[in-house]
Amino acid sequence: MTTAVADAAHHVEHGPAKGFSRWLFTTNHKDIGTMYLIFSLTMFFVGGTMALIVRSELAQPGLQFVHPEFFNQMTTMHALVMIFGAIMPAFVGLANWMVPLQIGAPDMALPRMNNWSFWILPVAFCMLLSTLFMPGGAPAGGWTMYPPLVLQTGDSFPFLIFSIHLMGLSSIMGAINIIVTIVNMRTPQMVLIRMPLFAWAWLITAYLLLAVMPVLAGAVTMLLTDQFFGTSFFLAAGGGDPVMYQHIFWFFGHPEVYIMILPAFGIVSEIIPTFSRKPLFGHDSMVYALAAIAFLSFIVWAHHMFTVGMPLSGQMFFMFATMMISVPTGVKIFNWASTMWRGAMTFETPMLFALAFVFLFTIGGFSGLMLALVPADIQYHDSYFVVAHFHYVLVPGSLFALMGAAYYWLPKWTGHMYNETAGKVHFWLSAIFVNVLFFPMHFLGLAGMPRRIPDYSTQFADFNMVATIGAFGFGLSQLIFVYVLLTCKKGPPATAEVWDHPKGLEWTVPSPAPYHTFAEPPKVDRTVAFPKDYD
Amino acid sequence: MIRKSLTGLIGLVWAGGASADWALNMPQGVTDLSQETYDLHMMGFWVCTVIGVLVFGVMIFSLIKHRKTSGVAPAKFSHSTSAEVTWTIIPVIILVAMCIPAAKTMIKLEDTRNPDISIVVTGYQWRWHYAYQDQDLAFYSSLARPSLEARQLGSTIDPYSVDNYLLEVDRPMVVPVGAKVRVLLTSNDVIHAWWVPELALKKDAIPGMVNEIWFRAEHTGTVRGQCAELCGKDHGYMPIVVEVVEPDEFDKWLTANGGTPKAVAAAAK
Repeated sequence: MTTAVADAAHHVEHGPAKGFSRWLFTTNHKDIGTMYLIFSLTMFFVGGTMALIVRSELAQPGLQFVHPEFFNQMTTMHALVMIFGAIMPAFVGLANWMVPLQIGAPDMALPRMNNWSFWILPVAFCMLLSTLFMPGGAPAGGWTMYPPLVLQTGDSFPFLIFSIHLMGLSSIMGAINIIVTIVNMRTPQMVLIRMPLFAWAWLITAYLLLAVMPVLAGAVTMLLTDQFFGTSFFLAAGGGDPVMYQHIFWFFGHPEVYIMILPAFGIVSEIIPTFSRKPLFGHDSMVYALAAIAFLSFIVWAHHMFTVGMPLSGQMFFMFATMMISVPTGVKIFNWASTMWRGAMTFETPMLFALAFVFLFTIGGFSGLMLALVPADIQYHDSYFVVAHFHYVLVPGSLFALMGAAYYWLPKWTGHMYNETAGKVHFWLSAIFVNVLFFPMHFLGLAGMPRRIPDYSTQFADFNMVATIGAFGFGLSQLIFVYVLLTCKKGPPATAEVWDHPKGLEWTVPSPAPYHTFAEPPKVDRTVAFPKDYD
Repeated sequence: MIRKSLTGLIGLVWAGGASADWALNMPQGVTDLSQETYDLHMMGFWVCTVIGVLVFGVMIFSLIKHRKTSGVAPAKFSHSTSAEVTWTIIPVIILVAMCIPAAKTMIKLEDTRNPDISIVVTGYQWRWHYAYQDQDLAFYSSLARPSLEARQLGSTIDPYSVDNYLLEVDRPMVVPVGAKVRVLLTSNDVIHAWWVPELALKKDAIPGMVNEIWFRAEHTGTVRGQCAELCGKDHGYMPIVVEVVEPDEFDKWLTANGGTPKAVAAAAK
């Protein structure tokens, strides 16, 4: 015991360095987590601004603000920035902060690589965003970068490819780090299957990243050689196959969408039990469901390609495999509902975001199920119905889970309670406007509006105006979140537990979490993995 | 039956405020297969709606009843194998049941044998080219001039003053009613997609490849669509217009445009 105290004191002396070098050279998982989170919030506003340019142009029929070529640059860059700059780094940031705290590890297993995997990102995004100022403008061929169109990109083409390589490199290193940390650095008594769901979700996500990011790197490298080195991987004129790119891309792309949602599942599985004051229902089946979703995500890629021309048997296989994903996903929804059932719920901001996640992600899941029916998909494909579908799973899905996580763990990070009223206002405005923004898009798609068009026939005008109003409402509401962050330090001090007896090792360390935690592995109960079970 | 009447009921409610501008649902279209596609879409919609009402109902009940302020003590249960097995197996059964009608329609969609007419449709940046294989007729089809003028940035022309803004072409594709039309899709440059919602058809036009689709329009009239695969800056400006006419009118149209009528009319009858 004395040693532990002495150790703790010793570590406090070696606290963070001063000034900028603290952030540049840090190997501390909390500092790196913070940098990831701040970076992703910045990118969220950059990508959001692009979305508002898109929605402004689409408010009315006719072109009012931008040329079609710039419009295409905005849709392309919005997607790349939001996917690779906002959503993914935010989850990695949470993993950096919370995985070591949840499993009782003193830090990430590979701290220097951790530093590097973060610092690659700002470089990659400076490069990507700099393409906006290049001759020919930013990439405008869609984030999916389908050839031959993407090969018509101007000077920005090699910068696009290189920045994707860098983002992939960062993700792969982050994934390796998370896997090694979880596998090797759990506190000795923590049995793998009893590990908290957020750590579990990230372990599985990290394997997905490791499996598919190299595939994306390969695909974009082939684009690069097609453009500059005379190969014809994807050029029909040289004997290549443009559709092969789509197969390779979506072999990456479909697991990628689960990379953006599995950690969200993990977060919601942490928040709902805390505010229901009940253990998570079916902890183990939640883990198996995550694993099943991850496996299925590798065998459904061609459902993004039902209109490219595929053998009938192929279409049927991909239809059925895709529908099967709704089974484990359903298990998760039912388990969350059962966790709430006969609980004693309270509705602080994190819980509100988690509940909205369950409801609205399910709507995205329903449209996903409809999309799996091939003949119907032929109508939905590349229409606003698809835009509505994937924004429902990504915005009130991934993003709401991230917001919930931020409110849930903010007191642990800062040592202060945030402004609950501001948090609730942020939630309600977001929850209302996100539906005003995305729900009408279902109708637009069914009525026949294709995606990625800068202008449309007058019959689509009314719902587009509604969506644009929703977009501005949603975008401006996010400024409340910045206000909450900036005023957090003025809030009352947080206790170690923060909430009403939450379970998990992260709630056994003081708030704010000291710079170094768990220098000695904490003791946990083998069967429940948590220091305090429910009484 | 219940599904049909529910659909009708909702249709009535919607029709109350429904100008075409607030269109909420997929068109039922002008072919048997577009009707089947619509029915599949509605089946998916109602399955999701019923599951949604049940699941959301349980959750909303829980949100109202099981809150701390109502003074309840939280239960301690944390799993139930029978419940978990049940809600794994039932969805599997529902999904298999949904796949069967979808598969039947898919088989019909792929059956492009024995067409009455074959038209090669080639995508260009940014217009369509139609070549009637046996009628010696081929032409480009581009965005109509009034839309072209109104769509420019800074144009003073009000889009509402243009008929079928962005959905009108200079030369439409014309087909006879009742004939099985096979469309062979390819592209000259990048990937495009030929989409006409009323025909429930969408297929990519890919350079170096030929994709086949088919339709048999049941009514005369005009149906409109657009390119559905991002193909560059004017992707939004390459509409599709298909005019379905009586067979003799189709022959007249062929002759007037320098084509040769070939027993198509007879086949269609």
